[in-house]
Amino acid sequence: MTKFLTLLEREVKSYFYSPIAYVVLCFFLLLTGFNFYSSVAYLSRSPSELTVVEATFNSIPFWIGFILIIPPITMRVFAEEFKMGTIETLMTAPVRDWQVVLSKFGGALVFYIVLWAPTFLYFVVFENVVKTDAVNATGAYYGSYLMVLMVGMLFLSIGCFASVLTQNQMVAAVICFCLITLFFLGGLIAFFTPNISPAFRMATSYCSMLEHMGEFSKGMIDSRRFVFYGSGTVLMLLLTHHVFQYRRWKS
Amino acid sequence: MIKVENLTKRYAGFTAVNNLSFEVEKGEIVGFLGPNGAGKSTTMRILSSYMPATSGRASIAGFDVFTESMQARQHLGYMPENVPLYPDMRVTEYLNYRASLKEITGARQRERVGDVKELCALKEVENRIIGTLSKGYRQRVGLADALLHAPDLLILDEPTIGLDPNQIRQVRDLIRNLGRHHTILLSTHILPEVEMTCSRVVIINKGQIEAADTPENLVNAMRAAGGIRLEAKVGKDDGVAELGKLAGVKEVSVETEDGWSVFTLRTDSRTDPREEIWQLAAGRRWTVRELSRRRATLEDVFVEMTLGDEV
Repeated sequence: MTKFLTLLEREVKSYFYSPIAYVVLCFFLLLTGFNFYSSVAYLSRSPSELTVVEATFNSIPFWIGFILIIPPITMRVFAEEFKMGTIETLMTAPVRDWQVVLSKFGGALVFYIVLWAPTFLYFVVFENVVKTDAVNATGAYYGSYLMVLMVGMLFLSIGCFASVLTQNQMVAAVICFCLITLFFLGGLIAFFTPNISPAFRMATSYCSMLEHMGEFSKGMIDSRRFVFYGSGTVLMLLLTHHVFQYRRWKS
Repeated sequence: MIKVENLTKRYAGFTAVNNLSFEVEKGEIVGFLGPNGAGKSTTMRILSSYMPATSGRASIAGFDVFTESMQARQHLGYMPENVPLYPDMRVTEYLNYRASLKEITGARQRERVGDVKELCALKEVENRIIGTLSKGYRQRVGLADALLHAPDLLILDEPTIGLDPNQIRQVRDLIRNLGRHHTILLSTHILPEVEMTCSRVVIINKGQIEAADTPENLVNAMRAAGGIRLEAKVGKDDGVAELGKLAGVKEVSVETEDGWSVFTLRTDSRTDPREEIWQLAAGRRWTVRELSRRRATLEDVFVEMTLGDEV
């Protein structure tokens, strides 16, 4: 456990050694800030059944930012170690492969949480300035941020997997971007093609982040989503672990 | 300390290490030599548990490097080729991180990190970012890392590559000092260094062992172990025939250089016929301007072993 924490600490720190972290943070806060502003502006223009939280977490800028933010977080985690050869020093220390994989994922997750944490301030400021609740129930806060966390975990694990495939960070970023965009678009199939079989519609909606976020940002917390994103993350991390071992043993 | 049995590593299409077996006893400093691509780094990577062998076994301090990899790693300090380090960390920070990974914590961590910084002369750069350090310092950071957990065994892959002569000398002295307390397996291309530091040499070529012995024995066992050079004016005498009669001389050849005859005598390394040559020359009233002995070096052995088929 101490070894895992040591590895995790180094992973988290390594984000803040490089200027990329600060660039990503700035870019992300600008984007989410703009998204929040435009959601509030949209709601103030015309009467709507949406709460501020729903409007914020279901808009187009939200999803664009959400998808764009993942590749730069995860692209370097394994690719850089393979490129610099530090994987050899790392893996000849008495650490286990799964400790390394989990610490890389954990480091990315911590950074991801650091990215999202300030956005909660938007709602705090909003409620204090406007003296109106941003949501109709506290559950909507929990739901939205839980969904951000769960989808984030799945996407970060996909990013780790993309990074372990190559020693080129750009290639890792592109693979990651393509995979998560495909996954995102998969959830839109039902919108674009109305006359598909009910079974297929069921299947796509089971995987549709958009629908899940819609439910959760209303405060409807559904345990099926935990199973879906949890098992997806575990699967991707297992794949990452296997490819990691394979690449090390082949080199 | 190290036991390698029938080790083989195949990559797609070629065999890097072919049925290699050797042992390293406790307290030895063993030089692991071979031309580039001979399989040195591959063998060292297998020993360091970085990757598994295709077949065969290797163990360190009695622990199998594959099945008991964690224990084997605890007994081993490994410095990979080119010393990969995290360029964004500071020296002390990096050593602390590595110490924690090797389960050295608390007061013992402070003590060990202090010790290795002292030993590898890193005090003056302890707060510098590794990325800004010179090659020599990076090499020493790598060595300091390998020494952190006071391992019984050190495996150093080309510890002096890319260093200037002064740095090479420093690293060599450091290795020799370390040899008092550690078993060391090191690979290098600088052969005089091996002659000076190593108690035993393993030469591999194309994935197989060509020779394993002390540097002296290897040199002595060479076909043409030594040579004597005689520059003289021999007048009308047949120098080649006269010198050839001396005991221990295997072969004599002659060249002429601005009026002087230059004889090259091949002898075995145990006999030194210089006294007899001088007496012969004095008896025949030859004028001598040089009489010298050249001992074969490990370099000669290396070239003969690894180029054997081609020359």
